Formats: sequence, C-alpha cells, structure tokens
Amino acid sequence: MKELSLNILDIAQNSLRANSTHIEIDLTEDKTSLCFTIRDDGCGMTPEFLSRVTDPFSTTRTTRSVGLGLPFLKMQAEMTGGCFSIESKAKQISPELHGTVVSATFIKTHIDFIPLGNIVDTLCALVMGAGEVDVTFVHRMPEREVSFSTREMREMLGEGIPLSAPEVIAWLREYLLDAYAAA
Amino acid sequence: MKTLADLAAIRDKMKGKVAIREGSSDTRIVVGMATCGIAAGARPVLNAFVEAVNDAAMTDSVMVTQTGCIGICRLEPVVEVYVGNEPKVTYVKMTPEKAKEVFAKHIKGGAVVTEYTVGSAE
Repeated sequence: MKELSLNILDIAQNSLRANSTHIEIDLTEDKTSLCFTIRDDGCGMTPEFLSRVTDPFSTTRTTRSVGLGLPFLKMQAEMTGGCFSIESKAKQISPELHGTVVSATFIKTHIDFIPLGNIVDTLCALVMGAGEVDVTFVHRMPEREVSFSTREMREMLGEGIPLSAPEVIAWLREYLLDAYAAA
Repeated sequence: MKTLADLAAIRDKMKGKVAIREGSSDTRIVVGMATCGIAAGARPVLNAFVEAVNDAAMTDSVMVTQTGCIGICRLEPVVEVYVGNEPKVTYVKMTPEKAKEVFAKHIKGGAVVTEYTVGSAE
C-alpha cells in the first residue's frame, strides 16, 4: 500500500464484512507518531483464527487462500519502529460483547514511514459501501481535530435517503476537505 | 464551509426521488474493493465513478457499488458494468481517467470500451 489511508480502508472493509453495526476509526497524531485504531462490533474471531491472522496464508476470502491486509499493516508499522496489535472476541464465544480492535502505531520520523495520504477519499469510499453500518471518525492532531459520524448524518437526512447517494458522498467530501483546510 | 445543515437541503431536494431510484437503477457499476483492488488503485477509480455520476446528474439511473475480491487480482482494479439486460462487461486495470472514459462512452453513450475489457487484456 502506498498510503496508510489505504490500509485503513482495507481493514475497515473487513469490519463491514464482519456484520458490524458500528465502526469507529480513531486517528491520533503528534509530531513524531501516528496511531490509528479501528474498532468494530462485528462477529469477531476465534482465538484460533486470531492467533494466525497476521500470517499471509490465513484469509477469509474464498477466491484463494492468501490474505495480505493485516500482514501488510503489521509489517508497515513495525518497519518504522512502531507496533501493531489486534484483539478480538468471537460472537459464538462472547455473545454479549464481541468485535475486533486493530491498532497500529507508526513513527513518522522513520525513513520507512508511509504517509497517511488521502484520508478523505478513504472515508468517502468507506461510507459509500457501509450500507446500514454506522461509522464514527475522529482525527486528533496536536492543535485541532476533524471528525464526523454517520449517525448525525442520518439524523439530518431522515428516513429513506441512503448514505451511498452520490449527492451525500459529494457533501461528505466537501465537508471533510473544508474541515481539514480550516484545521 | 459545509455543515451538517446542508444535508437537510439534500434531503428536501431528494424527497420522493429515492423511492423511484431504488428499483429502477438500470445501470450498475461494481468496483472490486478487497486488499488486491485497494492496493492496485481501486479507491480513486470508485471515487471517479461516483463523481462522474453526480456531475452528470444521473444519480437516478446509475448505481455505484463495491464488492470484494473478484478473483483476478493481477488485473485489478476491476470494474463490472451491468446495463439493463445486457451481458455484464468487466473492465480491468482501471484508472480514474479510464473510469471517466468508460462513463462517457459506455454508461452515457452505450458503447463498450473494448480495449479496457478483460477480453482484451487476456
């Protein structure tokens, strides 16, 4: 991946496919590090699958037996001297509280640090594909913050207008671009 | 500066249109968005299609959706186009520029852009 924001999109797509109702993306940056956490309340993973999830030969895809999303992310974080973690509770084991939390920390000053890239594009693509799933996003920077929540968007839009409507996605893009420009 | 309140204006403008839209989108553009697609550049392709549909004010008749791995990762980004009852057309190795061209020629003009299809790539 050429941008960290592509990894974020990739990991969040897993959350969508895990039948989540809510996905939280939390990005925190300071001068030297960038940390993101993607938290969902989806079906989770069994301890057995979790233990081999960063092995490229583990995947949920059915087209072939190789999955590179999480292994890539782990490698990219560790290459910068940062770290990666994943926790998960499977629905069949913990029916009340289940889901997955993926976290990665990157050291920005390291030569192997890959820039965040176009996070606005990532969020637009994610919301477009999210269907009924709610997405909360917050990006904390040293002196400012950019955030949105699809719940608030749905409240304003009312019933019957999907978030995937191109008009709504166009609004989200401009809203985020404005927020980043002002920040 | 865009605010949440702008969504209320979108809601009022779209009222009544959406019910018709859901059943009647006779054109579907499906972009593969698994790890392979994303790494190969599917995100800007997806966004290019969404923007093209919005700019052309064709949101009533064209739907852009996402799918997982289509199975031909070496040819990503892959885009499938369904128009009415015509057979599916699979475009491969897409870019935002090719997406705009496919939108203009195929979606609007009805002519398949053969040189970008999977048949030409194989």
